[in-house]
Amino acid sequence: MSTYIKNFLKFQPLLSELVARDVKIKYRRSVLGVLWTLLNPLCMMVILSVVFSNIFKFDVENFPLYVLSGQVIFNFFNDATTSSMTSIISNAALLKKIYVPKYLFVLARVFSSFINLMASFTALLLVMVAVRAELHWTLVLSAIPLLLVVAFSLGVGMLLAALTVRFRDIMHLYSVFTTGLMYLTPVIYPMSMLPSGIKSVVLLNPLTNYVTMFRDLAFNSTIPSFGSMILGIVECLAAIVLGVYVFYKNQDEFILNI
Amino acid sequence: MGNDAIVTVDHVSMKFNLSSEKFDSFKEYVIKSIKRQVSYDEFWALQDVSFEVKRGQSLGLVGLNGSGKSTMLKIIAGVLKPTKGRVAVGGNMAPLIELGAGFDMDLTARENVFLNGALLGYNRAQMEAQYEDIVHFSELGEFMNVPVKNFSSGMVSRLAFAIATIGVPDILICDEVLSVGDFRFQEKCEERIGNMKEKGTTILFVSHSLTQVEKICDKIVWLEKGHLKKFGDAEEICRIYAGS
Repeated sequence: MSTYIKNFLKFQPLLSELVARDVKIKYRRSVLGVLWTLLNPLCMMVILSVVFSNIFKFDVENFPLYVLSGQVIFNFFNDATTSSMTSIISNAALLKKIYVPKYLFVLARVFSSFINLMASFTALLLVMVAVRAELHWTLVLSAIPLLLVVAFSLGVGMLLAALTVRFRDIMHLYSVFTTGLMYLTPVIYPMSMLPSGIKSVVLLNPLTNYVTMFRDLAFNSTIPSFGSMILGIVECLAAIVLGVYVFYKNQDEFILNI
Repeated sequence: MGNDAIVTVDHVSMKFNLSSEKFDSFKEYVIKSIKRQVSYDEFWALQDVSFEVKRGQSLGLVGLNGSGKSTMLKIIAGVLKPTKGRVAVGGNMAPLIELGAGFDMDLTARENVFLNGALLGYNRAQMEAQYEDIVHFSELGEFMNVPVKNFSSGMVSRLAFAIATIGVPDILICDEVLSVGDFRFQEKCEERIGNMKEKGTTILFVSHSLTQVEKICDKIVWLEKGHLKKFGDAEEICRIYAGS
């Protein structure tokens, strides 16, 4: 175990360099540069708010915020898992040449998505102030479901990265899967309008729990029930254990398949 | 086995499964496993190779193309895991396996210095301290803020060599790296490798140029089609190898 930690500490600078590279390259040659991390989600939110407060209307208090908060979490999950999925194959040239702990590439992708998550969370706060939503102290606690989603995405990302090295089909399949998953997550519709059959399916989706917890804390100043908290933690641990297990089982063969 | 062995290669064999059994698609995999057609076209790149290198010694690997030299280095560097056998390495390594592998072409030379340093396990502060030296050695002072994609291949290799040889690693792995750059730069590289050797770095060296191997190495491993043909003192083996 201690050798693992030592190895991680040795390559910790690499992790920050990789994250910095992702961010730098994304905004290179753009006039506003890193400001786009904040501006991009903000602009998206303005459009969404206009669309959802005029065209679609569900019986939900402060509907734009409802949609935005769902988007913040779902987009992070989508972004983090999709980019970690290709993290091993797109660094093939490097992995074939020198020894680097392979999980670092997955971790770096999740971290760069995490930076985007913080930016879109900030944008969400700005929108909350702009629409004069009540700010409760429980807003501080909404960081907990966010961190759970980050850990959950890391687990799923590790699993996807390892499987994609074996079966490239997953890359094509996964974008279809996430489109479906978005409709199984209460991002644009409220849970109350679902027929009970579909509702039980939506409740099986781990993201539903995270999104609901986040909204409760951010907007309704409701502390999530003990049960949903435990469920969230268990699901996130399960994803991590499964992801790490599959990744470690397969990582020595990555090099032969990329 | 003495305690001062820094690299021990113990009965190492490496098997590759050739492309016929590489499934890229899930469908193919399922169909083939149902039909029990999972055929393995085996290829042994290395078979039962053993040798050891003592601290401060330099080892050359010679052999024809396809004899397994690069595979051997990759196993020692930890990139590949041997199918059988064991490799023990007692020190930190600077891999110079293929120059410029760690470069991101969209980043500037300066940014690449830090990225590559991190790949070798150096943190930012250590790299800041070495930065001037790297710029000086690679002679790229005025190009440090240019994206590497605009560099010529000679410039890339100069920068990569300068980064990989900072500090004094316990082991330096070089695979055909001295064939880059012009004559003057090659001399500079050899001189730098010589300096590292004097400071006690163990050098693992692959080259097709026998003169370079003879100049740098004390011991030689001669591989032929994955088998260890001979292991011994540089002079003696160079003579036999050149005659074969």
